[in-house]
Amino acid sequence: MELTKEQEAMLNGEQGEVVERSFRLLVRLGEIYGARNMIPVGSVQVAGVSYKSIGDPGLEFLEDYARLGAKVRVLTYLNPSGMDMKSWRSLGFPEDFAAKQMRIMRAFKKMGIVTTATCTPYLCGNLPRFGEHIAWSESSAVAFANSVIGARTNREGGPSALAAAICGVTPNYGLHLDENRKPQMVINVEAELRYGSDYGALGYQVGKLVKNKIPYFRGLKDADTDQLKALGAAMAASGAVALYHVEGLTPEASLVETKGLETVNISSKDLEETYAKLNTGKDPDIAVLGCPHASLKEIALLAGKLEGKRLKKPIWICTSRLVKQAADLMGYTKRIESAGGKVVADTCMVVSPLEDMGYKTTAVDSGKAANYLPGFCKQSVVFGNLDELIGRLER
Amino acid sequence: MKGRTISPGTAEGEAIVSKEPIGFYGGIDAKTGRVIEKGHPLEGQSVTGKILVFPCGKGSTVGSYVIYGLKKNGVAPAAIVNKETETIVATGVILAGIPCVDGIDIDQIRSGERLRVKADEGLVEKI
Repeated sequence: MELTKEQEAMLNGEQGEVVERSFRLLVRLGEIYGARNMIPVGSVQVAGVSYKSIGDPGLEFLEDYARLGAKVRVLTYLNPSGMDMKSWRSLGFPEDFAAKQMRIMRAFKKMGIVTTATCTPYLCGNLPRFGEHIAWSESSAVAFANSVIGARTNREGGPSALAAAICGVTPNYGLHLDENRKPQMVINVEAELRYGSDYGALGYQVGKLVKNKIPYFRGLKDADTDQLKALGAAMAASGAVALYHVEGLTPEASLVETKGLETVNISSKDLEETYAKLNTGKDPDIAVLGCPHASLKEIALLAGKLEGKRLKKPIWICTSRLVKQAADLMGYTKRIESAGGKVVADTCMVVSPLEDMGYKTTAVDSGKAANYLPGFCKQSVVFGNLDELIGRLER
Repeated sequence: MKGRTISPGTAEGEAIVSKEPIGFYGGIDAKTGRVIEKGHPLEGQSVTGKILVFPCGKGSTVGSYVIYGLKKNGVAPAAIVNKETETIVATGVILAGIPCVDGIDIDQIRSGERLRVKADEGLVEKI
């Protein structure tokens, strides 16, 4: 691989052991994937934050790296943690879990990483520009950044993203290159989509269909960023979609060619079948929204719908700490709490120990959550649109 | 045998060979260095101080951290030799500083043979 003088110095250990190992990791991964050089990154987002995901081996690794003086060189954010870092006790998160989770966050902070833990960094201060090279981990954020913003990132693992943050560069391969960003299949959406869950169901189905290919959507006329967030997250979970294009909506759609590509039609009936498939449970113990983390607009919408209601089962809406602060400021949090709900920050249902907190059936409106909850949290799933879910919780 | 450097360093030791891939997370105990995966051909054996030979990694990406933990706890293999090192093992051995070579015809190696691994040059020799 072609390296600059400064990069040679990093590899030769002139900038210390942590930089040397981090750079060596980037070089090796670059060689495995055929990168010719390294490119500077504008920002990083690191996965592998929840104690539930990384366990003691990950915790010990991060503490060692912090102790050895690891420091990030670019704006670096974290994926969701295993719990709400402020209200974990009142939400019922286990004490020993909390202690380990706090050690993980301290190690990241020592490295200079912003410990706002979210899968939507682009909604709270880590927003790349079109064409900017970044190294992000979280699969839904990768899909959003590549597709909706037009920034460029591969799906990084936790350690490779951390190494990119420590060295300020990433190997130049995959989605960093023009030739790998072309669509490979056209998805013609005939179904009418209204709710976020409709986009989640569509994403779930298309992800299964295209696996790791790049889909090009036609027929999605007026999806907003929340709906595109839901679509990309579901495709990244059920398949490995890291980039998609939407005719008329995403920035690279008009720059790419679709001639001669296989076309698949998605009808309302297809979506109904997906809804049925994702429903594995009947009576929810809890509903959890905000997968990916809710925007302020989504929290405001929920607060409006819960106005004057009193739910029989709890509802959580997960978001980032910064968006929660805005929701507090606007009185949305209070309105949701008055109805028996919670606005939960820093964490999400997929990486939290739901199964250890006594929940067996969880209601969601997210295709991504519906995909992961049965395996990761041993939950039966009720999948439906926001109005249906609220109706279920009132009964 | 000549392969590719994954992580530099030199080591000598007794080979322990698995024909099956190894998933380190849930597969090897980071505290003891023993293989704990049920039904794995190496179940119950220790990899500590040995040249661990297997085709490739498998399973959770947390496996990288387990490899690091093995080294930190002083129970790591002396070196790793693969047919093809994928990213989980590559990440683990580089973070931990365990010598590792891939691109080796591992069918030529039997458990119990003594090997010398010169990972900087991508070399694996029988002694």
